[in-house]
Amino acid sequence: MSRPPGRKQDNHKIDWHLPTISSSASAHHMSRELFVLTYGALVAQLCKDYEKDEDVNTCLDRMGYGIGVRLIEDFLARSAVKKCRSYSETAEMIAQYDICTTNHSRALPLPAWMSETCRDTLVAFKMYLGVTPSVSCTSATGDEFSLILDKNPLVDFVEELPAERASLCYCNLLCGVIRGALEMVHLAAEVTFLQDKLKGDAVTEIGIIFLRKTEDKKHKRNK
Amino acid sequence: MAIFSVYVVNKAGGLIYQLDHYAPRADAEKTFSFPLDLVLRLHDERVVVAFGQRDGIRVGHAVLAINGAEVNGRYTADGKDVLEFLGNAANYPVSIRFGRHRLSSNEKLMLASMFHSLFAIGSQLSPELGSSGIEMLETDTFKLHCFQTLTGIKFVVLADPRQAGIDSLLRKIYEIYSDFALKNPFYSLEMPIRCELFDQNLKLALEVAEKAGPFGPGS
Repeated sequence: MSRPPGRKQDNHKIDWHLPTISSSASAHHMSRELFVLTYGALVAQLCKDYEKDEDVNTCLDRMGYGIGVRLIEDFLARSAVKKCRSYSETAEMIAQYDICTTNHSRALPLPAWMSETCRDTLVAFKMYLGVTPSVSCTSATGDEFSLILDKNPLVDFVEELPAERASLCYCNLLCGVIRGALEMVHLAAEVTFLQDKLKGDAVTEIGIIFLRKTEDKKHKRNK
Repeated sequence: MAIFSVYVVNKAGGLIYQLDHYAPRADAEKTFSFPLDLVLRLHDERVVVAFGQRDGIRVGHAVLAINGAEVNGRYTADGKDVLEFLGNAANYPVSIRFGRHRLSSNEKLMLASMFHSLFAIGSQLSPELGSSGIEMLETDTFKLHCFQTLTGIKFVVLADPRQAGIDSLLRKIYEIYSDFALKNPFYSLEMPIRCELFDQNLKLALEVAEKAGPFGPGS
């Protein structure tokens, strides 16, 4: 069990000696199966409680939202993300994204601040789910982009949706999480599933549409 | 004790957590006989020493207790006016405790909101675009360090000017907040933090930071 690493500051490291009961330290130790099974049980119970698929989807989204608003702080505290200050490194990020989205013919350069957000979303996915989605910009105005997930750990044990639940968005929790997290950093967004492997599509695609960038907040955001 | 206090301010400017970490200040309790050689006056609903500093009793110290009973602002525990009481020769000899008064929680709330506003003004005054708010406030007796997260929560630490490593402490406090306050399912966002685990871990972190001590030139 490793101690939380001391942060480099002022030419000396502080070893915090805090007990590693912090869940983020143990996030990578926790059994992923347990998490996936818990999620499955949650969705199954919701299906029993609600008849309509839309209700289940809304419920999952709401739960995800509650998780997202708290998870964002954990993510910000633990990753070294900085505010969108240096656009020179952002230009490199844009180039990197162009390379990784050559599979998708819709690749377009993202606006500077959004590419920072994209990069951070990818880091978050890696941190919490262990998968790295690829990102592409899907609109000319630069307001929308989508995350393509080849592997979705949440559906590891699900073969297909039952016939009577055809329009259920199984991973709607993820949408809620992303929406909640973005809202806490003053980026209102609409997050939906564009493609779902469980419904027969090739990949799982999550679409994120930025509704309105709060212009002043962008400049006042602090590290 | 090199770290004096920690304040956590939410997005709206309200104080959601406060911790005082300094050793009890030196109170001076002395027995006096009539006439009192200190000059006392009323200030802000408290009786403070205006002149006649001696023996550990400094100008600005407030009357904290008379004959062992804590005073209530300008009135003694039994409701008599302090200045009148001390002006009456019949009450002597009397034992008075002086010391620096502590901020009440209302005062702390008010000061936190004021700091929140000043922080915003700080970023607006900047000649550069996209400046941060106030990061450090320095006086001769303490330094105030402030860290604002991307979500708008501010962590404020008051520490000794020579204490180093406060930046890493602020980030550590952010981690502790995200762990023990946010992950507590019964804690609502933006509300006062009443989580035992948060308190405990915060105190641990403060102790570690203090032990790390001043390294090289103070930050």
